[in-house]
Amino acid sequence: MSYDINWEYSRELFPDLLDGLVVTLQATSFGIILAMSLGLVFAILRRSEVRAISWPTAWVIEFIRSTPLLVQLFMLFYVLPQYGLRMDAFTTGVVALGVHYATYTSEVYRSGIEGVPRGQWEASTALNLSTVTTWSRVVLPQAIPVVIPALGNYLIAMFKEVPLLATITVLDVLGEGRAACTRTGNCVEAYTMVGMLFLAISIPSSVLVRQLEARLARQP
Amino acid sequence: MLEWNLWRALLDGLWVTVQVTVLAAGLGTILSILSGLAGLSSFRAIRWANQVYVDIFRGTSAIVQLFWIFFALPLLGVTISPLMAGFITLGLNMGSYGSEVVRGAVRAVPRGQTEAAIALNLTPLDRMRHIIFPQAAVAMLPPYGNLLIELLKASALVSLITLSDLTFEAQKLRVNGTASTPVLFSLILVMYFMLALAITGLVRLAEARLSRGLEIGRGARRSS
Repeated sequence: MSYDINWEYSRELFPDLLDGLVVTLQATSFGIILAMSLGLVFAILRRSEVRAISWPTAWVIEFIRSTPLLVQLFMLFYVLPQYGLRMDAFTTGVVALGVHYATYTSEVYRSGIEGVPRGQWEASTALNLSTVTTWSRVVLPQAIPVVIPALGNYLIAMFKEVPLLATITVLDVLGEGRAACTRTGNCVEAYTMVGMLFLAISIPSSVLVRQLEARLARQP
Repeated sequence: MLEWNLWRALLDGLWVTVQVTVLAAGLGTILSILSGLAGLSSFRAIRWANQVYVDIFRGTSAIVQLFWIFFALPLLGVTISPLMAGFITLGLNMGSYGSEVVRGAVRAVPRGQTEAAIALNLTPLDRMRHIIFPQAAVAMLPPYGNLLIELLKASALVSLITLSDLTFEAQKLRVNGTASTPVLFSLILVMYFMLALAITGLVRLAEARLSRGLEIGRGARRSS
């Protein structure tokens, strides 16, 4: 394995990859906001006492969660414009990521909601609180803090899936790397640096999430 | 809806998807066990080397790993076929996640089991093989099933390195304009979903079988 690494070129490439990384982080941020809001909606609908609501929700979640994000991404990117819905590649990517990960966060919320003692629900009924008040003032404030570390793990997982957006022309960090690879043929440098940028972010963040978990576990 | 030759193209793709998934699952399972046990080793060097493997593969994207192995390795003088690159990457990736599953499950087996096995004069290998691992395996199965589904989903990535799996065939038909895009993609999503349901079913069966005679798991109530 004798390969001469082109250091000069690697240094020139670095700013481009950083630009890509910014796009990756943007997509992750918007994606997680969508995933966390939509996930909560999924979790609440799934708990509905009306079976016509809870049952289809459960199947939709199951379907989205067990099929490839890549195919869902293609589906949105190629199919939606045929129905007159035009979004740029970045928005399409964020929507696909957000919806896909909402199915995961909904499971996380569900475990948090199930962890709220039954007595809390009963007390809310006894106090004659409306459904909305019960959810927003009693159940969710107790359910959400517990699940924050788990949501953090999905944030990291989602960050690692953003490079899929490169397949629909988004110039994220992998998109930049791939462009450099085809332009100059220095693929070893390009892809190695892309990989290292991922490690540079995901390892410290998983350490952070672990600390958060330990801290929450210590609290009663 | 679709003509027979289109169906055949998709079924060929489905077959490639199944092959890649099965090969990667085999490799991933072996690596999960090796890496999980390495994580429990009393030698610091082994634990450390294992942690490097786990962190690299869990810390980066599967798609980046795949591109690295497929596009960068040949420049370093190692040439492998797309199929090899595909299932090796996916297997390595799955192994890094499975490692934690195996390690956690083995550690959750009550200590008394190890002590009893030592008292019965079993060798460390027999202890692991006949006493600890069979009990840990039951606890591993549900998260292992999830890993298999994640693997199936990740297998769609191999379409990006020219392997003609289900996603690749659908893309080809889309580009040729031989079938309507919404129909094509809906169809392959349903196919993936069916495969996922099949995996879930198989894992449940395995769970029932492995937990026979044990006090935990699905098959527990049926026996004893």
